[in-house]
Amino acid sequence: MPFTNEQLERYSRHIILKEIGVKGQKKIMNGSVLIIGAGGLGAPAALYLAAAGVGKIGIADADVVDLSNLQRQVIHTTADIGRPKVESAAETMRAINPDVEVETYHEFITSDNIMDIIRDYDFVLDGTDNFSAKFLINDACVMADKPFSHAGILRFKGQLMTVIPHESPCYRCVFKTMPPKDAIPTCRQAGVIGAMAGVIGSLQALEAVKFLTGSGDLLTGKLLTFDALTMKFHTINLPPRGEGCAVCSDHPEITELIDYEQPVCEFKPGQN
Amino acid sequence: MAAVSDIKIDDKVDITDVVCPVTFVKTKVALEEMDDGQVLSVHMNDGEPVQNVPRSVKEEGHQILKLIDNEDGTYDLLVRKVGED
Repeated sequence: MPFTNEQLERYSRHIILKEIGVKGQKKIMNGSVLIIGAGGLGAPAALYLAAAGVGKIGIADADVVDLSNLQRQVIHTTADIGRPKVESAAETMRAINPDVEVETYHEFITSDNIMDIIRDYDFVLDGTDNFSAKFLINDACVMADKPFSHAGILRFKGQLMTVIPHESPCYRCVFKTMPPKDAIPTCRQAGVIGAMAGVIGSLQALEAVKFLTGSGDLLTGKLLTFDALTMKFHTINLPPRGEGCAVCSDHPEITELIDYEQPVCEFKPGQN
Repeated sequence: MAAVSDIKIDDKVDITDVVCPVTFVKTKVALEEMDDGQVLSVHMNDGEPVQNVPRSVKEEGHQILKLIDNEDGTYDLLVRKVGED
C-alpha cells in the first residue's frame, strides 16, 4: 500500500534515514508491540511508538491514574485521575496518531492470561514495576519465543536489556529468581526521578523500532545501566544464554508459568 | 554526458507541490519503488529543492545523470537508481 502525502509528511524524518527509509517505515506500520504497564516506562514508550506509527499497540495495566503518578507518567494528565490508565494512554496515543490501532487490556497480567495476550504481538515491552511481573513476562516470552525489552528504574538509576529468547540471555539467566521480600524497595518506598522513566522508556521504544525495522544492533547479551547522578551509561556484557538457566536452557526446570506473590504495597484493594 | 534524448526515463515524480523535507522523501519513495539501473525524472522548483535534493540523492548512493533547466523556474533532475540491497 503506497503512502498518502500526509503519511509521507508525518513520517518524513524516519523515511529520510538511510537505516529506516520507506521499507523500514512500512515495517513499523505493519508491526505490533505490546506494552505491559502504562506507568513510568510505558508512558514514554507508548508515546514514541504511537508517534512512530507502529501498526498495532497493545497496552496492559490494571490500575487507575493516581495523582502521584503524574510526576513521571507523562501520557496521563491531571484530568485523567481516577480513569483506567489503559484508557487514558489509549486516548493520548490515538490523539497523537490516528493511524495506530490501540488495544487495551485493563487487567493484571497473570499466568492465566499472559500467553493469550502476547501471542498477537511482534515485540513485548516490560514496563512493570515489580519483580513478580518481570519474571512472569520473561518466562512467558521465553516459552512463547517472543522478543522483549526488559527495563527497571529506581531512584536515579535505570537498567535495560533486550532478550531474543533462545538466542540471547534472558532476564532469568542474569537474575535467577525473585529477590527476598523487602530486599529491594519499590518506587513508592524509594522514589524515582521522573525523567529517568523518560530516558529508559524511550530506550525501550528505540529497541522496539530497531527490532521491527531490523536496523542496527539490539541490546542483546548486554545489560545497560544508567546512573543519572554521575550521568554514566555502562554496558555490561552478559555470559552466554541458557547454561543452567531455569527457563531458557535446553532442558529447563521451569516449564509452567509462576505467579510469585505480589508485593503487598503494590496492591490497592478495591482497584482492578 | 549523454544528450537528454538518449536517456530513457522509466518513471517521473513531481515535487513542485511540496516543501523540504517532503521533496526528498517523495523522491526517495519513487526511487525505492524502481529497479536497479532505472532512471527517474524529478520535476522540482528552483531554489531550495535544486540545492538540496540532488545532494541528498547522491548521498544515498544514486547516480545523478543530468539537471535540466526548464527556464520556467523549474528543473528536471535525472537520476539512475543504484540499489542498496
